[in-house]
Amino acid sequence: MIAQFFQIVDLGIKSLLVQKMRAGLAALGIFIGTSTVIWLVAMGEGVSYRAQQQILELGAKNVIVRTKEPNAGSEEEANSRVKAYGLLRADFRRIVENIPNINRAIPMRELKFELRLDDRTADTKLVGCTEDYLELNRLEIARGRWLSTRDRGEKVIVLASDTAKRLFPYENPIGRTIWVGSEFYTVVGQTKDRTASAAIGGSLDSRDYNLDAYIPIKTLRQRVGDLVMKRVGGGQGMNFVGEDVELSQITVEVEDIEDVDETAQIIETLLKKFHEKEDYAVVVPRELLRQAERTRTMFNVLLVVIAGISLLVGGIGIMNIMLATVTERTREIGVRRALGATRTDIIGQFLIETVVLTASGGLAGVLFGLSVGPIFRFVKKAVMTFSPDTLPPIVHELEPRIALWSVLLSLGISLGVGVAFGVYPARKAAYLDPIEALRHE
Amino acid sequence: MIRAQQADQPNAESFAFRVQDLRRTYFMKGETVHALRGVTFDVLVGEYIAIMGPSGSGKSTLLNVLGCLDRPTSGSYLLAGDDVAQINDYQLSRIRGRRIGFVFQSYNLLQQLNVLENIKVPLQYQGLIGKDANAKCRELAEMVGLGSRLYHRPTELSGGQQQRVAIARSLVNDPYFILADEATGNLDSKTTDEVLELFESLNANGKTIVMITHEDEVAERAKRVIRLRDGVIESDELNA
Repeated sequence: MIAQFFQIVDLGIKSLLVQKMRAGLAALGIFIGTSTVIWLVAMGEGVSYRAQQQILELGAKNVIVRTKEPNAGSEEEANSRVKAYGLLRADFRRIVENIPNINRAIPMRELKFELRLDDRTADTKLVGCTEDYLELNRLEIARGRWLSTRDRGEKVIVLASDTAKRLFPYENPIGRTIWVGSEFYTVVGQTKDRTASAAIGGSLDSRDYNLDAYIPIKTLRQRVGDLVMKRVGGGQGMNFVGEDVELSQITVEVEDIEDVDETAQIIETLLKKFHEKEDYAVVVPRELLRQAERTRTMFNVLLVVIAGISLLVGGIGIMNIMLATVTERTREIGVRRALGATRTDIIGQFLIETVVLTASGGLAGVLFGLSVGPIFRFVKKAVMTFSPDTLPPIVHELEPRIALWSVLLSLGISLGVGVAFGVYPARKAAYLDPIEALRHE
Repeated sequence: MIRAQQADQPNAESFAFRVQDLRRTYFMKGETVHALRGVTFDVLVGEYIAIMGPSGSGKSTLLNVLGCLDRPTSGSYLLAGDDVAQINDYQLSRIRGRRIGFVFQSYNLLQQLNVLENIKVPLQYQGLIGKDANAKCRELAEMVGLGSRLYHRPTELSGGQQQRVAIARSLVNDPYFILADEATGNLDSKTTDEVLELFESLNANGKTIVMITHEDEVAERAKRVIRLRDGVIESDELNA
C-alpha cells in the first residue's frame, strides 16, 4: 500500500519532470504564496513583538493615572490666563489611603525644561520623582548614584544619557553643577540608555527616556512650583499663559496581577468624584497589551486573507496547467485504462501529481520563508550602507520573527490547494472514454 | 460457420472466450449505425487467430468489445466462464488488467518511464508489486530480447524494440489472451517478421493470441482467420 503510494508519487515527479519549465512556473505561484505568508507574518510578528515589549516596559502589574489637558469647557475657561487641571497631591493621598491591595503608588511631575551649562543647553523633560522611579521604569545607573530619601528637597539632579551628552560632551558630569532655571543643581548620577516604552495617555510617540533629567519631586515643588508660564506668540500680541499642574502621573502597582483591572476601575470611580472635568486618564498596560494582541490578530487575519488570495491565484494557475496536461496526455490515460487502471487509479495519479507540484512549490516557499531573518538583515544592512536615511526608524529596529503557525498554515494551504485544484482535472482525466482516449493523437 | 468441428467436444476451461450473437449499435446524430450485427465465435486456449476485414466491417468495434473497452448492445461475451458483456466500468477495468494483454499499433509505451517501468505498469494496477515484480519484468524483457536496454526510455528505442517492450508488457499479468491491434502496422517488413516470430513462439508456448489486422501476410501467419464484413462474420477458416 505504502509502496504503491510512493510509486505514484515517483510517477508524478517523473511526469512533471517531462515539462520542467512548465511545472516550475506553475509551482512558482505557490512558492510566492507560501513565502509571502511566512514573510509577512514574520514582519507583523516582529512589529507586534516590539510593541508588546514596549507595553511590558510599562509594567503589567501597574495602573497608570496620567494628567491630560482637558478640552476647554466654557469660554471663560478658554480665555483665562492660567489653567489649573490634572491630578492633585490630594488624589495621590486618596489613592494611597483608600485603595487596598496596592504595593506602592508613585507620584511624578514632568515638564519641559531647559538646562544650561555655560553656553550649552539641553531641552529636557525635567522629571520630579521619588526614589522608586528608577526601579519602576527599569532605569539603570551608568555612573554616580540615583536619588535617595536624603535628597528630598535638595538641589540634586540625575541626568539621562543623552542629556548628559549634550551638557557634558567630554567630561564626567558627576559632581558638576548645572543651571536649572535660575538655580544651581549638583549632578549626582547618570542613567544608562533605555529603550522607549509604549505611548500612554493619548500620545502617539513612545516615551523616550534618554532626554530626561531627574530631581526629587519635593525639590521640584519647592523650587519650581506647580505653575509654569509659557510665552505664546510674540511682539505686540506676546502673551503668557500658565499651567497649574500638581502631578503629571501616578503609577500604582498592585500586588496581584489579577487585580489590575478592578483597581483601575476603583481609581477611576474615586477620581471622578473629585474632578469635574476629564483632566486625567487611567491607563492599564495590561489592557494595552490586550489591545495590541487584538490588533495583531486582526493583522494576521488580514495577512492570511491576502495570502489566501495569492494562493488561490496560484491554485488556478496549477489547475490550468493540469488541464493542459490532461489534454496532452489523453493518449497516456487511454493506455493506462486499457492496461487495467480504474477511474480511481487515474484520479489518484493526477491528484497526486498536482499535490506533488504544489507541495514542492510550498516546500521551496517555506525554505525561502524561513530565511527571512538573514535576508532581511542583509538587505537592511545593504540599504543602510548606501543611503542610511531612506529607511524609517521603525525598520531599523524591526527584527522579523517567524511564527510556527504561519509555516504550518502555508504548507497546509499549499497541499490543500493541490487537492482542491487537482480534483477537477483528475476527474476530467478519469472520465475520458478509453476508446476515444486511445485514438487521441 | 465453416469452421471444422473438433473431434472431441471442448469443455468450459478450454475456451479462452466465447462470443454469442454480439451486436453493437451506435446512435449518432439521429442515425443508427449497426457496427456488429450478431457475431458468434469461440476461441480455444492456445489458438492464434487473426481477425480481418475492410474498414467499416466492424473490426474496431469487435476489438473494443473483446478488449472490454466497450460494452455490446446485446449478446454475451464469456471470458473464462464470466459474462462480461454488461458489467460496470470498474469491473471492466479489472478484467482488462487481469485477463487481457493489449498490444497496440503505435506501441503506446509511456514516455516518462523506462523499459522496465513500462513493463511493470499493469502490475501496479493489480496491486501486484511484490519483491518478485522486478525479477518478472526483467525476465520478460530478456525474453523479448531487450535485457540490455532495461533502463532506456522509449524514445531511445527503435519501433521494433518498442513493440517488443509492449509485448512484454502485455504478458506481465499472465492474461487469458493477447489482443493485438495492427501490431505490425507501423513496422517495416523485417521488424514485422521479427515481431510475428515472437508471437509465434509465444503461441507455441501456449499463449492465446487474437490479432486484428488488415494485412494478408500477417493474417497468413495465424492458425485461424476470421473475416468480417458489414458487422457479420463472412468466413472463419483454419490456415493450412
